[in-house]
Amino acid sequence: MPVIAPVDCDTFVVKAAFLGNTAAFACGNGTVRLVGEGETLAKPHDGGLLAAAVSPDGSRIVTGGDDGRVVGVSADGSLSEIASRPRKWIDMVTVAAQGAVAFASGRTAWVVQEGGKEKEFTLPRAVGGIAFAPRGLRLAVARYDGVSLFWVNVDSPEQDLSWKGAHTGILFSPDGKYIVTTMQENALHGWRLADQQDMRMTGYPTKVKSMDWSAKGRYLATSGANAAVLWPFHGKSGPMGQQPLQLGVRSDTIVAVVACHPKEDVIAIGYQDGMVLAVRFEDNAEVLLRRPGEAPVSTLAWDARGERLAFGTEAGEAGIISLGE
Amino acid sequence: MTATPEAGADTKIPVTVLTGYLGAGKTTLMNRILTENHGTRYAVIVNEFGEIGIDNDLLVESDEEIFEMNNGCICCTVRGDLIRTVENLMKRKGSFDAILVETTGVADPAPVAQTFFMDDDVREKARLDAVVTVVDSRHVLKRLEDTEEAEDQIAFADVILLNKTDLVTAEELKAVEDRIHSINPYAVLHRTERCGVDLKAVLNRGAFDLERILSLDPQFLEDHDHHHECGPGCDHDHHHHDHEHGHDHHHEDPHSVKSISLTAGELNPQVFFRWIGDVTQVQGPNILRLKGIMAFKDDPQRYVVQGVHMIVEGDHQRDWKDGEERVSRIVFIGRELDENALVTGLKACEA
Repeated sequence: MPVIAPVDCDTFVVKAAFLGNTAAFACGNGTVRLVGEGETLAKPHDGGLLAAAVSPDGSRIVTGGDDGRVVGVSADGSLSEIASRPRKWIDMVTVAAQGAVAFASGRTAWVVQEGGKEKEFTLPRAVGGIAFAPRGLRLAVARYDGVSLFWVNVDSPEQDLSWKGAHTGILFSPDGKYIVTTMQENALHGWRLADQQDMRMTGYPTKVKSMDWSAKGRYLATSGANAAVLWPFHGKSGPMGQQPLQLGVRSDTIVAVVACHPKEDVIAIGYQDGMVLAVRFEDNAEVLLRRPGEAPVSTLAWDARGERLAFGTEAGEAGIISLGE
Repeated sequence: MTATPEAGADTKIPVTVLTGYLGAGKTTLMNRILTENHGTRYAVIVNEFGEIGIDNDLLVESDEEIFEMNNGCICCTVRGDLIRTVENLMKRKGSFDAILVETTGVADPAPVAQTFFMDDDVREKARLDAVVTVVDSRHVLKRLEDTEEAEDQIAFADVILLNKTDLVTAEELKAVEDRIHSINPYAVLHRTERCGVDLKAVLNRGAFDLERILSLDPQFLEDHDHHHECGPGCDHDHHHHDHEHGHDHHHEDPHSVKSISLTAGELNPQVFFRWIGDVTQVQGPNILRLKGIMAFKDDPQRYVVQGVHMIVEGDHQRDWKDGEERVSRIVFIGRELDENALVTGLKACEA
């Protein structure tokens, strides 16, 4: 039976993550609560914290705030300012494999390399989402009517992927072959980069706001329906012509957040009513991890070994669920 | 379709939209709202920091991002930046009570208003309280000649501040009021100098709240909440007493915005819903606002509707009172509306 260690965050949990054995909860009031051996409260932002991303090596969580700052927070609570854009609301942040940080506000995206070298990318319309390619050499920016792909280190023309409509979030597949965006409509759009083949993934009753790749990038798990919808990407032509898996079906609520187990074909699903389930792909076997609470689940994160799951909700309820053996 | 239950109206954050041509006095009003001691904490979305002399960490600059919806409807546009800003603000819920959105001088208010009806996330968290338009008494007639936006802003307004009245003569002011009245007789109009108005007249209006559609009588020059009283200095000529004829009449350029008020008896609800659906589908691009109180046959309750372009929403509101006349009345504000077709169409809905 899973055991929950509650963590009281008291304010919207924007992002949960594990920094090694320490669970980090980045919260809307500008704080990052670090729960390891003891508990530390870091305050990277004067105002609100709008976005956060964990570095792939788990060494720090990078946060963006409405004070215009981008800050790295380590497991011991120490802070390091990465960039500052006074009066801008930094509401998108992502970290590349080699440590570069990208962030965005309004119509501009920036990349800061580990040595501090900065590069600015200005777009004609607002940045909807940002994602690094797996090796961190390219930055993909979701925008109105498509995606712009920029080289991070060299001055070379951007590449455009077109699809009409507002693209609001973006991910590269772990093998770098596909880009998938969430849209203002209740749909996903994908491109196979080799030939720019378009993929439409539709049928959602609400907007898709959470996406995550399963172990080895076999499936793309998504929120936005009354079950977690997992599109198969292991075939030759990705999800085209394939039916998605539907896991953790509920009749009375919608999936808010998905987080795939780092090793197994298992997914953690957070719902609008605050419930959290773990579901196995092969037989749809479900384990209840958390009963419904006060507010929608806003974030879920597995530790590297897949033994613990951190969760947070829009009302500031949070905790660490140990799955045991 | 959304499966998340709508939060109760009182948990939704009220949003006031402030429009007006450049130089009309929006910033003056905004600064008053931000500095006066009214007990409400505002998060403010502006187009440019400009002259707002307020140090407020909940002040955000936002570039207008118009999103067209891929639903085949040409007038279904929303403000993408607003969706994102509301989403961001929700992470700081509890640190503010209300949101103020300032649009650019040349903005069409429709996408802002539509965002609160068409985007499920925004709709769940926030509600449009009112569109407030600040008008420069001295320059507005010229603006109305030059631009559609100035007209749209007046047509869309729930509250109009007729500002800088000290810079015009009484005759000029009368001409301006008549012109505004011809575009939108339903907005509450206040004469002001330097936006000097009791903020209660601007904030917390509930203008898009179906529960608060009380009457569709023109409220020209109304300074108080008493719906049938005229404020001091009121000199309007009460020429809106022709409701019995089924519609108001204006002798204006056919391309300019006007309002059409229609009345009918008790209606067959099925026929009415089909009709209003058709009207808004076909004429939606030309309809800026609509509001109605409908009497359905054998229905003890008033049914209220409101709309923006192609979006219409409606609900049962309250029981008809004893002695209250069971008439249906609907008001359209728009341009190039086919008045005869609307009259005939509504008539055909009668039970």
